[in-house]
Amino acid sequence: MENTTNTAAAVDNSEFSFKRASQAKEIWRRFRKSKGALIGLILLLIIVGVLLFAPLFISYDAAIESDFANVLAKPSKEHIFGMDGYGHDIFARIIYGGRTSLTIALIATVTSCLFGSALGAIAGYFGGWVDSLIMRSLDIFMSVPDILFTMAVVVALGANAVNLIIALTLAYFSNYVRLVRSQVLTLSEQDYVEAARAGGSGNARIILKHIIPNAIGVIIVNVTLNVAKIIIYESTLSFLNLGMPPPQPEWGMMLSEAREFMRPAPHLLIFPAAAIVLCACSVNLVGDGLRDALDPHLKS
Amino acid sequence: MHRYILKRIAFLIPTILGVTFIIYAVLNITPSSPGQAILGPSASPAAIEEFNHQVGYDQPFLTKYFNYVKNMVTKADFGISYFTKQSVFNEVWPRFMVTIKLSLSGVALAALIGVPLGILAAVKQYSLLDTIPSVLSFFIAAIPSFVLGMVLLLVFAQQLKILPSYGLDTWRHYIMPILAIAIPPAAQNMRFTKSSMLEAIRQDYVRTARAKGAPERTVIWKHALRNALMPVVTQIGMSLGLLICGSVVIEKMFTLPGIGSLIIDRINFKDEPIIIAGVILISICFTVVMLLVDIIYAFIDPRIKAKYSNAKG
Repeated sequence: MENTTNTAAAVDNSEFSFKRASQAKEIWRRFRKSKGALIGLILLLIIVGVLLFAPLFISYDAAIESDFANVLAKPSKEHIFGMDGYGHDIFARIIYGGRTSLTIALIATVTSCLFGSALGAIAGYFGGWVDSLIMRSLDIFMSVPDILFTMAVVVALGANAVNLIIALTLAYFSNYVRLVRSQVLTLSEQDYVEAARAGGSGNARIILKHIIPNAIGVIIVNVTLNVAKIIIYESTLSFLNLGMPPPQPEWGMMLSEAREFMRPAPHLLIFPAAAIVLCACSVNLVGDGLRDALDPHLKS
Repeated sequence: MHRYILKRIAFLIPTILGVTFIIYAVLNITPSSPGQAILGPSASPAAIEEFNHQVGYDQPFLTKYFNYVKNMVTKADFGISYFTKQSVFNEVWPRFMVTIKLSLSGVALAALIGVPLGILAAVKQYSLLDTIPSVLSFFIAAIPSFVLGMVLLLVFAQQLKILPSYGLDTWRHYIMPILAIAIPPAAQNMRFTKSSMLEAIRQDYVRTARAKGAPERTVIWKHALRNALMPVVTQIGMSLGLLICGSVVIEKMFTLPGIGSLIIDRINFKDEPIIIAGVILISICFTVVMLLVDIIYAFIDPRIKAKYSNAKG
C-alpha cells in the first residue's frame, strides 16, 4: 500500500524519475537483507556468466562430436562430468544445452508475459462484454490440459525453437491474464486514476502511465517465479522428445537419453538433473527475494 | 446456490465444444495424415489416400468437426480409432480410470503429507520442524517430476531392487508412481498451508481468543486452523485438476496404461478420435473438479454461503 501511494504521489508531482530511483534503492536495500536472495542472485550471475562466455573455454564441437572410445566414461580430468552414451562430453552438453534451454525459457517468459498482460489489461480496463469474452474463452482454453495442448502444437508445427516458444507462450500466458486483470480492476478504482480521467487523459495514457507502473511490481515477481517453471516445463518437453531436434543438446533430452544407462552410469542422470535444479533454485531464490522486497506485507 | 451450480454445469457445453474445436484445429494444421503415419513411409500414395478416405480423415475440417459433435451428442458415439479400429470409448475409458486412480491417490497422499507438515511449520515457526520441511519443499519445487521419477527408479528399482519399475500388476507397482505424483504437490501443500496458517494466526480473532484466556490448543485448532484450511481446500482441488492433466510424464516414465500416455502415443499417429475423446474426458474432469472445489468452498465458508442465499445468485 505504501508503495502504491508513493508512486501515485510521484506521478502527480511529475517527479517521476527522481522518486523511482529512490524506490529502486529502497527495494535493493530490502532485497540485500535476505541472505537467500543474495545467494540466488550470485548463483544466477555465475550461471549466466558461464553460459555467456562458454565459447571461450569449451568448444561446441565437444558437445556434438562422438568419441566412441570413451562412451559412458566416468568423470575424469579431461571430462569433468564424464561422457554420455554417444561419447559426447557431458560438461560441454550441459553448457551448450543450458544456453539453448535458458534462451528459450527467457524468450518464452517475455512473450507469455506480454501476451497475457495485454489481454488481462484489456479485459480489466474495458470490462463489460470484452471482459466476459476474454475470460470465458480463457476458461475454455484452460480446461485443455496444457501439456497435451503443447504437445499437439509441437507435433503439428514441428519441433524447433520458434514453435517451442509458441507452445510455451500458450501454456503460460493465462497466469498473466488473470493477474493483470485483477490488478487493473483494483487500480482503476484508485483516486489518482479518477483524477487523471477528470484531467482529460485518454485510455492509452491512463493504462501506460498510471496503471502499468503501479502493477509492475507484482508482474515482475510473477515473471521471475515463472522463469523457473518454464525452465522445468521446457526440460519436460525435451524429455518427451518434443524439444529442439538433435544433435542440439538440451537438458531434458540428456536426461531422456540417460534412462537407458542409469544403472551403469548414474553420472548421466546426476549432472543434467543438478543443472536444472540449480538453475530453477537460484531463479526461485531471486524471485522470493524480490517478492519480499517489493511487498513487505506478503513476507511471512 | 442451485442456480450458480446449474450455470457452471451449463458452461460445460461451450467448454467441450471449444476444446474439441481447438484440438481439431491444431491436429488439422499439419500436412501429415493418419494414413501416412500409420502405414509408414513405404506406403504408396494411393494406399494412403484409400486409408484416409476409409477412416473419414479426408473430409473437410468443418464437416468432420460437425459430424463428430453430432454423433457425440445424439448417439454418445465417440467414433472408431484410426489406429486400432476399436471403439474409442472402450479404449479410452479403462485408461482414464487408471489415471483417475493414480491422481486421486496422489492428491490424497500429498494432502496427508503436506497439510500436517504445513500446520506444524506454522505453529512452530523458526524451529527445526519449520526450517527442514521448508527447505526441502523449496528444493522439490525446483525438481521436474520426471527427474523425481528417475531418481526413485534408480534408487528403489535398480539399486535396492525392492520395487518393480514398470506396469501395474500388484499394489507394489503403484508405490513409485504415486510417490512421484504426490511429492511435488505435497511440497506445494506444505508451503501453502504454512503461509495460510501464519496469516490466520495473525488475525484479530486469534488475538481476541488468546486475550480471553483460551488455551493455546483451542486457539490453534478451533480458531486459526479452521480459517486457514479454507484456501488449502481450493489448493488441493486445483492440484487434483492439474494432476489429471500432468500425470502424462509419470505414466510415460513408468509405462503405465493411463490416458495421458495413450494420447501421447496416438498424437504421432494422428489418431484423431482417440486424442479428442481423451482430451474431452480430461477437460470434463478438470471442470467438474473445479466446480466441486467452488461448491465445497462455499459450504465451508459461511460468508460465501450467506452471499449466495441473499443475492440468489
